[in-house]
Amino acid sequence: MNPPTVGTWWVMSDASETSRDGADRPRMGAGMDLQTLKDWFQREVLPLEAILMTYLRQNWRDQSNIEDLLHDVYLQVFHGALERLPENPKAFVFTTARNLLISRVRRHNIVPIETVADLDALGAAIDTPDQERSTIAREELRRLQIAMDRLPAKYRDVVVMRRIDDLSRAEIAVRLGLSEETITTYLRRGMSALADMLYAGQSRHTEGEP
Amino acid sequence: MSGSAENAVAVEAQVLRDCAAAWLERKDRSDWCARDLAELEAWLNESPAHLIAYWRVEAAWERSLRLRAVRLPTPGRMIARRHKSETWLKRLGIPLGLLAVAGLAAVGYLAKPSERVITTGLGERKIVSLGDGSRIELNTDTVLKVDVSPDRRLASIQKGEAYFQIAHDPEHPFVVSAGAHRITVLGTKFTVHREANRLEVALLEGRIWLDANARGGHGLLLTPGDKVVATGDRLAKLREPAETLQNELSWRAGVLIFKYTSLADAAAEFNRYNREKLVVADTRTADLKIIGSFPANDVGMFVRASRQLFGLHVERSGNQVVLSR
Repeated sequence: MNPPTVGTWWVMSDASETSRDGADRPRMGAGMDLQTLKDWFQREVLPLEAILMTYLRQNWRDQSNIEDLLHDVYLQVFHGALERLPENPKAFVFTTARNLLISRVRRHNIVPIETVADLDALGAAIDTPDQERSTIAREELRRLQIAMDRLPAKYRDVVVMRRIDDLSRAEIAVRLGLSEETITTYLRRGMSALADMLYAGQSRHTEGEP
Repeated sequence: MSGSAENAVAVEAQVLRDCAAAWLERKDRSDWCARDLAELEAWLNESPAHLIAYWRVEAAWERSLRLRAVRLPTPGRMIARRHKSETWLKRLGIPLGLLAVAGLAAVGYLAKPSERVITTGLGERKIVSLGDGSRIELNTDTVLKVDVSPDRRLASIQKGEAYFQIAHDPEHPFVVSAGAHRITVLGTKFTVHREANRLEVALLEGRIWLDANARGGHGLLLTPGDKVVATGDRLAKLREPAETLQNELSWRAGVLIFKYTSLADAAAEFNRYNREKLVVADTRTADLKIIGSFPANDVGMFVRASRQLFGLHVERSGNQVVLSR
């Protein structure tokens, strides 16, 4: 396989792993518009990221490419959902993950298949009933606050000032005594770290970065 | 596939996420324009991987807006020194330490429910003072459940209309539910009007967060002057002048104010308050426009005024009053 490059990243999975048939653009299923797919993906799939990563970590020996596996799962879920939104998103996502792991295992021939076949054991955790709606608003606030709290401090300051205090970049720069370019960089990293914190439950960005 | 190639892929995943964040940061700028949008769309169209990375960072950013609804007013805008990293928490809603004990406290309250139901009959109004300094005024024909204790502030409107003046308490957001909708506030003034499948929320002061239906992490931030009308799955946000919103609150004084209101709408409004029901017979009569203020519980006065002003025919049968031209 050729080394992947940015922009062709999504076609790196081989044909046995995807339902795609060589077309280089996503095919829209009948009646499926991108906005619907986006709402569904943001609402149903992204919140599963932390538990999905745990599943992948437990079932894949090489911990360095968990992110890669995660992305392939997302891509296959994307293509699968283009046809029709699955009725049970959790089951769909985890079945996709398991099938991907099995096909990887076959290709690499390095991990016994049994280790990825215990999806049923995970089933109980996947199918926990959704919380009662009245608690969701407060739960969401709590989750957001915890995620925000765990951001590296310098990114968090900028994110809070921009998003919560609604200050402009120029105002933030004055307050923190930093250049606007630095604020821009921090804001990007903060946005990225917030997504990691909310969905993966951890941040890739550390304090020491430039 | 070699190990190094797979590592390269993992790095690509990070690059992609950073790209997505860079786009989002650009979109958040005030000088974002149509050409930028076209560029973003071109990038998104390059591959589903771009789409997914962007959806992910965007969803998190959208969700974070919710924290604004529980924000404390910024104390002074003069601080030019390095922002202390912990201070933001103090300016926000629930402190984390408090969250840890919230579960325990809730157990205690199961045994001693602080919930009560407040109702008003046709034409009746009630003012309820809550222990936390908040005040709720119930309009005609309303059923409201309130659950306010030192640990939580909840209300749920089953039907009718209420005006909420919520005392500021950063540690306990006040949550009002109406069917599948949720309103989260910190300290503010707003009205909620629920009727069958329709919900109206108007904000006079402060900020509130509205969770419409079961839309997961999605919701709307309302600022003063905003009015949201939800019917079924549809949601419309309007801007109303402060004066209009104040007029709509005239029921608090037992008065209905009409400004170029159609006779049909005015009649429907009166019918919310009185056993005697107004019926408008034909569309020509229904479209007549009314200006004026009337006691909500005096149908007779309204009928007399309409008769004199427009020369309407008035016919009574049972508890119905039929108006026609």
